[in-house]
Amino acid sequence: MIYLDNAATTELAPEVIEAMHRAEPIFGNPSSVHSVGNEAHSLLDESRKTVANFLNCRESEIIFTSGGSESDNLAIRGIVEENRKPHYAKAARGRQKTENSEKTHVITSAIEHHAVLHTIQELEKEGKIEATYIQPNAEGIISAESVTKAIKPNTILVSIMYVNNETGTINPIREIGLAISNYLSSNCPKQIPNKNQRIFFHTDAVQAAGYLDMDVKNLGVDLLTFTGHKIHGPKGVGVLFLKKGTPVKSQITGGGHEGNRRAGTENIVGIAGLAAAVEKVRKPHFAKATRGRQKTPLRQGYEGQAENGKQLAALRDKLENYFLENVAEARLNGDKNARIPSVTNVSFKNAEGESIVLLLDANGICVSSGSACTSQSLAPSHVLTAMGVPVEYTHGSIRFSLSESTTEADIDKVIEVLPPIIERLRQMSPLQ
Amino acid sequence: MIKWLLATKEQVEQYTKKVIEHFMNPSNMGVIKDADAVGEVGNLKCGDVMKIYLKIGKRSPHYAKATRGKQELPLRQGYAGQAGDREEYIEDIKFQTLGCAAAIATSSVVTELAMGKTLDEAEKINQDDINEVLGKLPAPKYHCSVLADKAIKAAIVDYKSRKNG
Repeated sequence: MIYLDNAATTELAPEVIEAMHRAEPIFGNPSSVHSVGNEAHSLLDESRKTVANFLNCRESEIIFTSGGSESDNLAIRGIVEENRKPHYAKAARGRQKTENSEKTHVITSAIEHHAVLHTIQELEKEGKIEATYIQPNAEGIISAESVTKAIKPNTILVSIMYVNNETGTINPIREIGLAISNYLSSNCPKQIPNKNQRIFFHTDAVQAAGYLDMDVKNLGVDLLTFTGHKIHGPKGVGVLFLKKGTPVKSQITGGGHEGNRRAGTENIVGIAGLAAAVEKVRKPHFAKATRGRQKTPLRQGYEGQAENGKQLAALRDKLENYFLENVAEARLNGDKNARIPSVTNVSFKNAEGESIVLLLDANGICVSSGSACTSQSLAPSHVLTAMGVPVEYTHGSIRFSLSESTTEADIDKVIEVLPPIIERLRQMSPLQ
Repeated sequence: MIKWLLATKEQVEQYTKKVIEHFMNPSNMGVIKDADAVGEVGNLKCGDVMKIYLKIGKRSPHYAKATRGKQELPLRQGYAGQAGDREEYIEDIKFQTLGCAAAIATSSVVTELAMGKTLDEAEKINQDDINEVLGKLPAPKYHCSVLADKAIKAAIVDYKSRKNG
C-alpha cells in the first residue's frame, strides 16, 4: 500500500506506540490526591512540558483537548463569547456611532478548515458576530495586507491558518501578527478610535506542526491549534495554546481541569502519545544539526535545518513535475514555493476526482480529491474555488500528501499508474 | 408507510459491490458515430455530465424467438398495432460519463436496462429500477441515479423531436 494521504491522517510512529504502551498501566486519575493519581499527574506534567517546549511557551498556556476541531472551537467561540461586550459601548454617547457597534467583528480567511469556517458561520447565524472572509490570491495565500485592511474598531479576533490542508501553502503568520500589533500600537486616533481595543490572533497550525517553526513568540499569536494525528500521533487528542492574559470562555465545563478552561479527565494515554509525536517532530531535524554542539532549543523553519524536509520536497517535486510535463491539461493548484514539502495538489481536466481516487486505490495508492463528488455536501473544494480554480479543474483535483516514509519507488509507481487512469477516464467522458 | 420509514433508516455509507463492478467494468461505454439520438444532461457545477447515444432499429413485434416456421404467432402482449407492423426499439445504446463512481455505475446500468427495449418501455425506466440493480446508493449519491434516468429520457425526447421536426 502506497499511502499518500498524510494530510488526512498519519500512521502512528513506533516511538508513539511505545510511549502509549508505557502510559497504559498508569491508569490513575491525575486529579486524585493519592499516589496512583500522582503518578498519572506526573506523566501529564511531563507531556505538558514537552509540548510547552515545542511551542516555546509556559506550561500553563497549554490546554489539552480532543483534537484540532475542539481546539478551534474553544479558540473561536471561547474568545467571542468571553470578549463580546463592545468596550466602546459607553463611548458612543448618542453622537457619532462607531460602525456596527453592536456586533463584534471577526476576521478569517475563505480557505480555512471547516472547523474554523463553520464555527464562525454558526456564530454569525447566532447573531453574535459579523465576519469578514479574506480571499486568497490565485496561489492560495492570504496576505498580511488584506488582513490589516479588514480590521475595524470592533474587531476582536483574527483567525488565519498557518498551512492550508488542501494545497499545503504557507500563510505569512508572523507578518500578520506584526501587522496586528502595529495596528494596535498606532497612536493615530483616526486609525484606532478605541484605545482599549484588543485583537486576539489565532492560527490553526494543524498542518504546519510537522514542518514549520512553531515558536509562538516568533509567530506572534495569542492562540494556536495543533493535533496529534497529523504528526504520527494518536487521533482524539490535540492542543490549544492560549497566551497568558487571553480571556476565554470555557466550552466544556465541569471539574475545573486545564486551569478551569477545559473540563474532563485527561486522556493520559493519548497525551503521552502526542508528547512522543512532538518529540519526534523536533528530533530528526536537530539530530543532524547538533553534531555534538549544544542543541538549538527551537526550530527556525525548515529551510536550513530539516534535511528530511528537503528529501521529501525532492520526491514531491518529482511526482508533481512528471504530471505537469507529461499529462495534458494538468495544472498545479497553489504556490509552488511557499508550501510545506509534503503536499502537491494537481488538477486533471475532464477526469473526475472520486473516480481517480478509486482507480488509484484499486492499484494500492491512497490519495484524496477536492471534487464535489467526494464531499458529503456535494460542494466542490471551497479552497480551490476561492483561489479561482475553474470548476472543470476543481472537478479533477487530486491531493498527494507524502510522509517521511514515502520512498522513490512509491513515487515511481504512482508515475507509472496515474497517466493511464487519466487517459481512460478522459475516453469515458463526453467532454473532450 | 412503515416500510418506507424503515427503508430510509438503512442508510448506506459505502458503495455496494455492484456499484464498484459497474464502475470498474462499465457496460456499453463509448460513442455511436451516426447515432439516431443523443441526450446530454448535467453540468460541471453539479459535478456530473452524462451523454447517451441511441441507435434505433425496427423489428417485428412478434416473439422473434418463437418463430416456428409458418405458424402464425401471437402478437406481443399489449402491442396496440397490426400484425404486419414493425416496431421501433433501441438497437444499440452507448454512454459517456464524466463523474464519480456512482455516476458511471448508474449510466452503465441504465444502458443495460434500456438495451433492446422499445421507446415506450425505455421511457418507463426510472431511478428505482437503477437502484434495484445496484443495491442502495449512499444518500448523497442518489441524485446520480436520477441523472441517469434523465439522460435516457433526454435521448428519447431527442429522437422523437428529430422524427417530428
